[in-house]
Amino acid sequence: MRALVIDDSRTMRRIVAGTLDKLGFETAEAEHGQAALDLLEGGLDVDLACIDWNMPVMDGLTFVTSVRANPAWRDITLMMVTTESEQSQIVRALAAGAHEYLIKPFTPDAIRDKLDLLGLAVEGQPA
Amino acid sequence: MTLSADAFAYVADLVRRRSAILLQPGKEYLVESRLLPLARSAGLSVEELVARLRTRPVESDVTAVVEALTTNETSWFRDSTPFSALARHVLPRLVAARGGVGRLRVWSAACSTGQEPFSIAMTLLDGLPPAMDAEIVATDLSAQVIERARAGRYTQLEVNRGMPAPMLVRHLTRAGAEWQVSDAVRAMVTFSVHNLLDAPPAGPFDVVFLRNVLIYFDLATKRDILRRVAQVLRPDGVLVLGAAETTLGVDDGWDRVSVERGSVYQRAARRATEPAGVVTAAAGLPQPWLPPAVTTAGATRGEAG
Repeated sequence: MRALVIDDSRTMRRIVAGTLDKLGFETAEAEHGQAALDLLEGGLDVDLACIDWNMPVMDGLTFVTSVRANPAWRDITLMMVTTESEQSQIVRALAAGAHEYLIKPFTPDAIRDKLDLLGLAVEGQPA
Repeated sequence: MTLSADAFAYVADLVRRRSAILLQPGKEYLVESRLLPLARSAGLSVEELVARLRTRPVESDVTAVVEALTTNETSWFRDSTPFSALARHVLPRLVAARGGVGRLRVWSAACSTGQEPFSIAMTLLDGLPPAMDAEIVATDLSAQVIERARAGRYTQLEVNRGMPAPMLVRHLTRAGAEWQVSDAVRAMVTFSVHNLLDAPPAGPFDVVFLRNVLIYFDLATKRDILRRVAQVLRPDGVLVLGAAETTLGVDDGWDRVSVERGSVYQRAARRATEPAGVVTAAAGLPQPWLPPAVTTAGATRGEAG
């Protein structure tokens, strides 16, 4: 399994990527939505994208909308990972095409739970 | 500092008598870590807390210690498979068997802080036909967690654990820094304190969730609990155990049925060796419940019965 971690905070990218790495994922990172789109257009093939909401250049919601607009990327599972915690924001992200929504702060267990829900849990990996 | 063997033995015995949960030697760290907050709040060390309990076993202190050692972490839709099995296999079968009308009753045993019964309620609310409703009887040994569960309020960290986002926005609302389970979901669940060693809540139930709790009991107690569950489970009802648990080798009164990536259990078809009372209770036993993919085992058993 491969994942793309999109966040303008290097620390946050490291936390999310580190957790995914322990769960058996190969990870790539991007610091905003446009950089992530560039990677995908360049041929990066991922199963999962973990997406912050507020980022410079291109925010997470715009990235989600862009990915959903391209049928070639329809198999990518999109999970928002953000401090935005208003109910209306979650509804907006889901309506735009995000599959899941994880609110910061979170524990590594919460990422594992979400992957389990999304059918992306890697078999045989420790909790 | 490690708990003395003497103090550990006392606590283990107390917990076993009150809850039948076995704390094997080697679990000293568990006792130490779970009792530390209690001890600190009393200005004592864990060793001193246990010593005080031995010389002056005040009921409220005893209860607090037992609860601290028997309360477990929980999450929404824990392990996910039982809930998708409920939604996609168990529920459609039960709805058809009841003719699409009436009330389904579910017992969520050892429900901890309520995530399991509320997850069941949300699953049923989304999956039941309009002419059916459901009642979930949720029980736990700990009065403290039952009180929390009744409130139906959860922190952001708790909501992050296993709650699908579409369910979150449909069935909970923000309440300050926390999330509140909707009135519609809460109205489906009744919470009460119950010890699995006592008589079960009034049945009959269509589904019993008894997950990740049998592992704490010895064989004889596991068997007793399973027999009490059988008493209140409808003949075509379904028992859901934890992923690492089974009735095999414990109580042969159950049949295992594979569903999705896991299993559920049904009361075994009537056997000639069973006492008359059990035969009467099982009279009119319908065809065993089976998921669509399995056909042969049920047919064989039907002929034998």
